[in-house]
Amino acid sequence: MAQTGQLTGASRTARMGLSPVTVLRIAILVVLLGTWEAVARSGILLREVVPSLVTVAYALVDLLGDADLKVSLLGHDFMIPAFYWHLYVTVSEVAVGLAIGGIAGLAVGIALGANPFLSQAFERFLYYLGPTPKIVFFPVMIMWFGVGPESKIAMGTLSCFFPIVLSAAAAMRQIENVLIRVGQSFRLSTSQMVTKIYLPAMREPIINGVRIGMGVALIGTLLAETKLSNKGIGFMIIDAYNSFDMPRMYAVLIVLFVIAIAANTLVGRASRTN
Amino acid sequence: MSAPARFLRQGVPIVFGITCLLAVLAVIEVLVRFSIINPFIVPLPSDVVLSFRRVILEEHIVPRFLLTCSEALTASVMLSVVGISLGVLLHRKKIVRLAVETWVAALASAPLVLVYPLFLVLFGRSAWTIIMIAFVSALPPVILKTLEGLTGARPVLINVGRSFKLTPSQLYWKILFPAALPNIFVGVRLGMIFALINIVGVEFLINFGGLGQLVNELAERYDLPGTYAAICFVILVSVLFFIGTERIERWLRPGS
Repeated sequence: MAQTGQLTGASRTARMGLSPVTVLRIAILVVLLGTWEAVARSGILLREVVPSLVTVAYALVDLLGDADLKVSLLGHDFMIPAFYWHLYVTVSEVAVGLAIGGIAGLAVGIALGANPFLSQAFERFLYYLGPTPKIVFFPVMIMWFGVGPESKIAMGTLSCFFPIVLSAAAAMRQIENVLIRVGQSFRLSTSQMVTKIYLPAMREPIINGVRIGMGVALIGTLLAETKLSNKGIGFMIIDAYNSFDMPRMYAVLIVLFVIAIAANTLVGRASRTN
Repeated sequence: MSAPARFLRQGVPIVFGITCLLAVLAVIEVLVRFSIINPFIVPLPSDVVLSFRRVILEEHIVPRFLLTCSEALTASVMLSVVGISLGVLLHRKKIVRLAVETWVAALASAPLVLVYPLFLVLFGRSAWTIIMIAFVSALPPVILKTLEGLTGARPVLINVGRSFKLTPSQLYWKILFPAALPNIFVGVRLGMIFALINIVGVEFLINFGGLGQLVNELAERYDLPGTYAAICFVILVSVLFFIGTERIERWLRPGS
């Protein structure tokens, strides 16, 4: 009993399952959130710009729970929060963009990786075009595909194509020759070589390329939505800015960051599990 | 390898690549001239080439280029100072590193540039909005690469320093930091590239500043050849910037 009473603070936190790192993390969060709340309450900065955490929390609840949009599904009308519809628009634009850019990037990457002549002829163009700011192509995409979702999909496609093609080409060159010779000795066709030898051998670098591609496709699509759109998460952010509804803007940004980080982590784990 | 053999091996593919590019442009020229491709959507490549002179002279491309460069330079200096300092801090305080390294890595994957409307509210429609967005978006890779460089320093180098009885500060400045410098520069280079991408992007989005704004203005005026020429100019600047930083990196990492 006496020994129980002599528990130190450290052993108490250990018994609670809190390591010093966790305690520090909690402390950092408390300090950050506390500073934010203090600034919000003090009025040093405009309250509209730095709203109280409670206001942001209410905006978050409103965003995720306030059913304000009527949708029809299978002949029935439902009320859902508009956020989910905008999220659906953005996710579908990113997914289609990633699918088109990913498949094109993979095909071109395999061709470049398999053929040194083509690689020397064209890969440098892709290598140098990769780090250019893709958003400047948005006016061109609008002229080619219109102001609807197609131009946002095109932005996503354009953004993710470069990292995927470069990853696929590099991965293709790293495949062990013995694997390729095994495929050739079994007289596999080109499509069989791609599906049974190349793609399984390139799995990890390709997933890494897709992970980077997904990130840039998301950014490209969202930035395009902020520039010219009437739907999607990018539109929600710029709409909240235009109506100076800062708590709503913070709420959208928080949810967006959580989704982006979670998606990135999931794809990263997929590349490590083998 | 003899010169003709080297040309056949390296020069022919390059010439082939450039020829293909020119051939594609020639085909587009023909298709647009015969209105098979709508000339109101895709301008004649020859018009784009001719509009370069007009864009350079009439659209004040040099001051715009210098403005974008100055924004990129300011963001890069801030990135280098803050990013490297935070990387060093995380390396020296292990518990802080264990606590926040995953957060920094998570931030690196978050679309931070999307907070630009918030920065518009905080800094107004000014160059500082653009610089701060570039700074915030490009900071995580600089921190992570600095940390990677410092933790990856070879133990034998540190042991040599210790055998010379260097003080902790001497050990840091004479052994660890020089050993980590190539990796740190990789981070700074990545950060500078992210910064430039974000600077041009935000200039375009908020219609303020240098080259990004030029693309937006020409597109809004529906000056198609001018828009394409301005985009080509942005690509050229990015490529030159990329090649320049790549050369410096190779100089710092001769083995890579």
